[in-house]
Amino acid sequence: MHPALYVSKTGLSAQDKQLTSLSNNLSNVATNGFKRDRVVFEDLLYQIYRQPGGNSTQDTILPSGLQMGTGVRTVGTQKMFTQGALQTTEETLDVAVNGRGFFQITMPDGTASYTRDGQFQLSAEGQLVTTNGLIVAPGISIPINANTVTIGTDGTVTAVIAGDPASTQVGNLTLVDFVNPAGLQAMGGNLFSETVASGSPQESTPGTNGLGMIEQGMLENSNVDVVEELVNMITTQRAYELNSRVISTADQMLQFISQNL
Amino acid sequence: MDKALYVGMNAASQNMMAQAINANNLANASTTGFRSDFAQTMALQVVGDGYQSRAYSQTESPTSDFAQGPLRQTGSDMDVAIEGDGWIAVLTADGSEAFTRTGELSLTPFGELVTGNGLPVLGNAGPIALPPFEKLEIGSDGTLSIRELGQGAQVMSVLDRIKLVNPEVQDLVKGEDGLFRRRDGEFEIADGNVRVVSGYLEGSNVNVVDAMVEMIGLTRNYELNIKLMQTAQRNSEVSSQLLQIQ
Repeated sequence: MHPALYVSKTGLSAQDKQLTSLSNNLSNVATNGFKRDRVVFEDLLYQIYRQPGGNSTQDTILPSGLQMGTGVRTVGTQKMFTQGALQTTEETLDVAVNGRGFFQITMPDGTASYTRDGQFQLSAEGQLVTTNGLIVAPGISIPINANTVTIGTDGTVTAVIAGDPASTQVGNLTLVDFVNPAGLQAMGGNLFSETVASGSPQESTPGTNGLGMIEQGMLENSNVDVVEELVNMITTQRAYELNSRVISTADQMLQFISQNL
Repeated sequence: MDKALYVGMNAASQNMMAQAINANNLANASTTGFRSDFAQTMALQVVGDGYQSRAYSQTESPTSDFAQGPLRQTGSDMDVAIEGDGWIAVLTADGSEAFTRTGELSLTPFGELVTGNGLPVLGNAGPIALPPFEKLEIGSDGTLSIRELGQGAQVMSVLDRIKLVNPEVQDLVKGEDGLFRRRDGEFEIADGNVRVVSGYLEGSNVNVVDAMVEMIGLTRNYELNIKLMQTAQRNSEVSSQLLQIQ
């Protein structure tokens, strides 16, 4: 059959993936700590029909051959770990990382996962948990009779307990960093897990070793740029149309030969 | 049977190959750093007594279009686009040097600087490896300077420089993996005049309008060749009718 049919098919499926990824970005435009995805395309392998530089006779060489590309391939998606805008919420247990670093979350099975979403709450036992109820590592319990809770820029959590003029330190929030954050695996629920590509987590106090400071009463918004996504949507749609046009042209060519011969 | 049938058939099948090259360009209309391929047709005369009037066509892909693609801003420190002529040198799996315009760089867990499809980027002396850093700056000549973890803004250390090359266009050939290489397989010497701009990516240089017009032109050409085959068929029908009358 016509090779252009299959070439354009790869173009259509690549644009499909692009649209899926950017619709996911757009639907998470208001998700705290969300990091947008970018789809990476590359051209598929080339088939050499006639080798350039091959001998056309003993003494002469073909100046150019025939090389045909076979379409486009989606290499993968890349998480873009640029900083989202910080929004002031004035909520005591809302924290944002200003710079590099992730909060550590203990999963129900004891493994660690990582998040940029610092919208924390208290569990019935007074433990600091995420909105989904997962415990924030290393495990911080706020006394029931605490009047105010302060989270310092270096992650120190202190509470002023009723009847005690001095504040009591109840724990320390630590952050972890990765050599290649883009290699982290997104698990959904604003969580990421470590992979071979990300490297192992390096835990430190916020504000040291290149980690960002913790800001209390703030949340990090999604880093999705709506304008960029909409422009991408336009180019994706047009690229899709062009490729489907090639398919219909190839189809018409085949139709023409089958009807006219 | 009139041999003109084969001339038409050959042209139609070669035309389909040109159409496939064009379709590949359109499929890669949004591939970062893609260089569109040309398709041209060459006349091949059949040598021999009585054949001089016959010329078959042959499709070939002489080279790629080396025009600059559009630059689009991404804001990422790890994205670079080449302004004007030039290439980023990368190391392929077989140890040879290849050139790409795709500047979606990323890091491996070992700090190696790689392209979007995982090929190590070459520096002054082999592949580039970076220590953990807080901020990476890629200068306009490819110089990589970093602010190391825990260091203040006053300490920027210059580490390496991306190997940017600018070989003559006629020395370049596109490989089966879509990367460009020197025709003679030699290593290219770094060129200090190639300029990159960080925070940008270069889009595909496929001109979709040209490609669509090309597609229409190729389709009409294809139809003409089918018509030629039809004419050959009619000629042979008529000649067989002549025989019937006698």
